Amino acid sequence: MTLLKTLAPYDFPSSDAVENYKGRQLLYVNWERHRMFSRPFVLALPPETPFAEIIDKHMTDCFSYHPDWAQIDWSAVRWLNGSQPFSPDRDKSLADNGIGHKDLIRFITPGLDGIAGSGY
Amino acid sequence: MDMKVSKKLGLKERYTMMTRDLAWDTTFQPMDKVFPQVGYEGIKIHDWDQWEDPFRLTMDAYWKYQAEKERKLYAILDAFNQNNGHLSVTDARYMNVLKLFLGSTPPLELMAARGFSMVARQMVGAGPRVACMMQSVDEYRHFQTQIHSISNYNRFYNGMDEFAHQQSRMWYLSDGKSFFDDAITAGPFEFMVAIGFAFEYVLTNILFVPFISGAAYNGDMAAMTVGFSAQSDEARHMTLGLECIKFMLEQDPDNLPIVQRWIDKWTWRGTRKLASVGMMMDYMLPKRIMSFKEAWEIYFEQNGSALFNDLARYGVKVPKCFAQTIEEKEHITHQSWIGFYMKPDACPFHTWIPAPDELDWLSEKYPNTFDKYYRPVLEHFDKQEKAGNRFNNKTQPMNCQVCVSTIKFNEPGDPMEMCFRETVYKGEKFHFCSDHCKEIFEDEPEKYVQTFISSHAALQGKCEPEGTDINAHDYRPGARMHAYWRMDKRATGDFNGSEDQKNFAEWRHQATKN
Repeated sequence: MTLLKTLAPYDFPSSDAVENYKGRQLLYVNWERHRMFSRPFVLALPPETPFAEIIDKHMTDCFSYHPDWAQIDWSAVRWLNGSQPFSPDRDKSLADNGIGHKDLIRFITPGLDGIAGSGY
Repeated sequence: MDMKVSKKLGLKERYTMMTRDLAWDTTFQPMDKVFPQVGYEGIKIHDWDQWEDPFRLTMDAYWKYQAEKERKLYAILDAFNQNNGHLSVTDARYMNVLKLFLGSTPPLELMAARGFSMVARQMVGAGPRVACMMQSVDEYRHFQTQIHSISNYNRFYNGMDEFAHQQSRMWYLSDGKSFFDDAITAGPFEFMVAIGFAFEYVLTNILFVPFISGAAYNGDMAAMTVGFSAQSDEARHMTLGLECIKFMLEQDPDNLPIVQRWIDKWTWRGTRKLASVGMMMDYMLPKRIMSFKEAWEIYFEQNGSALFNDLARYGVKVPKCFAQTIEEKEHITHQSWIGFYMKPDACPFHTWIPAPDELDWLSEKYPNTFDKYYRPVLEHFDKQEKAGNRFNNKTQPMNCQVCVSTIKFNEPGDPMEMCFRETVYKGEKFHFCSDHCKEIFEDEPEKYVQTFISSHAALQGKCEPEGTDINAHDYRPGARMHAYWRMDKRATGDFNGSEDQKNFAEWRHQATKN
C-alpha cells in the first residue's frame, strides 16, 4: 500500500508508458558477467521486430568489441527474461517470443567470464 | 545630569527579540491554513517553542559575517586568477574534476536554496524558520561562489560553458537532479531529513574530501577557498539538520517510524549520489588524498556509527543500507569510472586509464577487489587504446527508476553479477539498481513513475535540438543527442590527445621555461 501523502489529488501518468513510444516498446539487453558495456542497453523497437535482429544487429554492434564475443559457443547459450529462463526463437518476433514493454533480456554464455575472468 | 544608558542586550536576549519576538499567530486566517504543509506528512508537533536554537544567529549578525567571508574569498580569487593560478595545479587532468563538479554541484546548491526557502515559509516556529532562511541564503551563496571560482578556468579549458543547459538534460546529471526533485517535492519535514540530516549531516564530509582537500592537494587555491568559505556555513547546516531530527522525535512517539523511513531512504539515496564523488577521489584527482574506501570508513562507518549510537536513545536505528554500503565501498568507484570511460562521446569532460603507478596505488588501497575485478579490464582498455582501438560504447544505458544511476552495481555478495530488481505497478515494469531503491519505489510508486530517464526520453523523441523535423523520413529519435546537449566536441574523448592536455603543457612551458 502506498505511503504517499499529499495535500491534493495526485495522479500523474508514467513517463515511460508504452503509448509514449509510438508503436514501439522498450527492450533492455544484458550480457551476464560482461559488465564493460553501457551495462544493459536499451532499445525502442516495434514488437514485430524479429529476435534475430537483436542478436545480429544490436548485440553484435555493441558486444563484438569484447574478445569473448568471438568465443561464444552458440549451442550452449542460455537466456533469461527477467529472472525466468526462456528460449527465444530467432525467426519469431519479440511479441511472439513473449517479450513485452520494458522486459530485460539476460544473455548467458557459460564458460565465458569476461576479461581475465573478472566479470567485465 | 545622569545619563540613562540602556543596557546592552546579551546574545540570548538579542536573539529572542530578533527572532521569536517578531513572530505572531495569525488571526484573520487559522494557523493551519497559513501553514498547510506541516501537518500532512503525519509528523505531530505539539509545541514549537520546544525547538532549540543551536546557533542563536540573528539576521543582522549573519549579514556581517557573510559579507566579511565574501570579501576575503573574492580577494583570494582575484589574486589566484591574476597570477594564472590555473597553471599551478598538479596536472591538466584535474580540470575534469572541476567540470564534473560544475555540472553536478552548483545547480544542486541552487535547488537546496529553493528547498530551504520553501521550508522556511512552512515552519510554524520562528526559530527553525529563521535558521532555514539563513541556510537558503547560504546555499545561494555557495551556488554563486562555486561558479565564480570555476569561471576563470572556463576561459582556458573546454566543456564548462554549458553546464546550466546540461544540468537537466545530461544522462549522468540525472541522478543528482532526481535526488533534489524528490526532496523538494516532499513535505517540509521530509526535506529536512533528506537534505538537512542525511545529506548535510551524515554524508557531507565525503563530499568535502575530494572537493576541498582535493583542491588543496592539487594546487587549486580558488576551489579550496570557496570550500573554506562554505565550511562555517556547513557547520550551522549540520546542526540544523540534527536539531530537526531530535525535535521531531521528542515531540511525539508516532513520529519515530516516519523519521526512520526517511533516514533509511535518504541515507541510501545520498550514498548512490556519492558514487561519482568517490570516483573523483580514486581516479580523477592527480594527487590523491585518501581512497574513497578510507573516507567511507572514517566518515560513514565510524562517525556515522557514533551519531546513530547517540540517536539510539530516541529509538532511531542505523540506516537499513548500512551493511550494503560497507560491502560496496570496495567496488563502486571502479564501476563508476569504467562507466564514464566507456562513453568518451557522451561526457563534456575527459576520461583516461590511470598510469601504472596509479593502478598500483589502487591495488594497494583496494587489496580485496582491485586486482581481481577491475585492474584486468583497465589494462585491457589501455592496450586497446594504444593500439588505436579506444573503447567507445555507443548504446543507451538502462537506469534505475529511483536513483537514476545507470545499472552498473553488482549483486550483493557477487561482484561478477549485475544487480537487477524489478516490480510491476499498474501493469508496467519498473527496474532498480538495488533492494533499497525498489523499496523506495514501492512505498510511493505514484511519485517515481514520473522519473526522467534521459535514454528513455530520447527514444520518445523528446530530446531533439531545436529545428529537428520529427516527420522527416530519416528521423531517428535520439540521433542528435550531441546537439541537444550542446556538447563541445573538444571537451569529449580521451584525455590523451585532448586540446586541454596540449594547451596546459604549452602554457606551463611558457610560464616556467625560457
